[in-house]
Amino acid sequence: MDRICLIIKALPENESFARSVIAAYATRLNPSMEEISDIKTSVSEAITNAIVHGYNNDPDKDISITASIEGNTLWVTVEDKGVGIPDIVEAMKDFYTTKPSEERSGLGFTIMGSFMDTLQVKSVVGEGTTVIMSKVIS
Amino acid sequence: MFSYEISKGVLKIKIKGELDHSSAAPLKGRLDDIIRLGGYDMIVFDFSELQFMDSTGIGLLLGRYKTAKSISKPIAILKPAPPVDKVLKVSGIYSIMPKI
Repeated sequence: MDRICLIIKALPENESFARSVIAAYATRLNPSMEEISDIKTSVSEAITNAIVHGYNNDPDKDISITASIEGNTLWVTVEDKGVGIPDIVEAMKDFYTTKPSEERSGLGFTIMGSFMDTLQVKSVVGEGTTVIMSKVIS
Repeated sequence: MFSYEISKGVLKIKIKGELDHSSAAPLKGRLDDIIRLGGYDMIVFDFSELQFMDSTGIGLLLGRYKTAKSISKPIAILKPAPPVDKVLKVSGIYSIMPKI
């Protein structure tokens, strides 16, 4: 199975590049404009979470982004080695945020879950978080 | 990235390009300063040339909503492109700042 891997520093400036790379990779499946937008938005949300929550905005940390294609499905994994999420169920609730002072909307997981076909979040406190998403390209 | 004008009682703030974690941070304070200028009746965010927005943009809008509400100014959103419109719809933000 084909796949690409991208490692970026946890800098907000890298988000645009990273989501564009994954979107470009997804074009192999001939997605619609809406599907491309859905993928870009979801990847952006996952990377923002890693930067803001996983690494508390520490730009020296690494975020690993992997994408693969299986049939007509795009799989994307975004992984950080940050602080982890103590309560994933709580974190995935609409508007839940631990950083309201930074004007975080608490909608990142809501958007990922809405825009992609599957969303899985694995996290261990003190070890990091892995977000696995897939989207069937019709 | 953004521009604004006050005309016929409307403060129109136009944001172009991409609104994400990187671009939103420097905008917040500047937009609050503009909103507090006064001299208008309502605020319109013109998103007709905004190509990308994620939930960071929702956070930015909610923050500006609080600023505008403190001086009793309503907010509306003008002509969001389909990808931006989809994020706005999922967020439910149209219930407090309608699309026009």
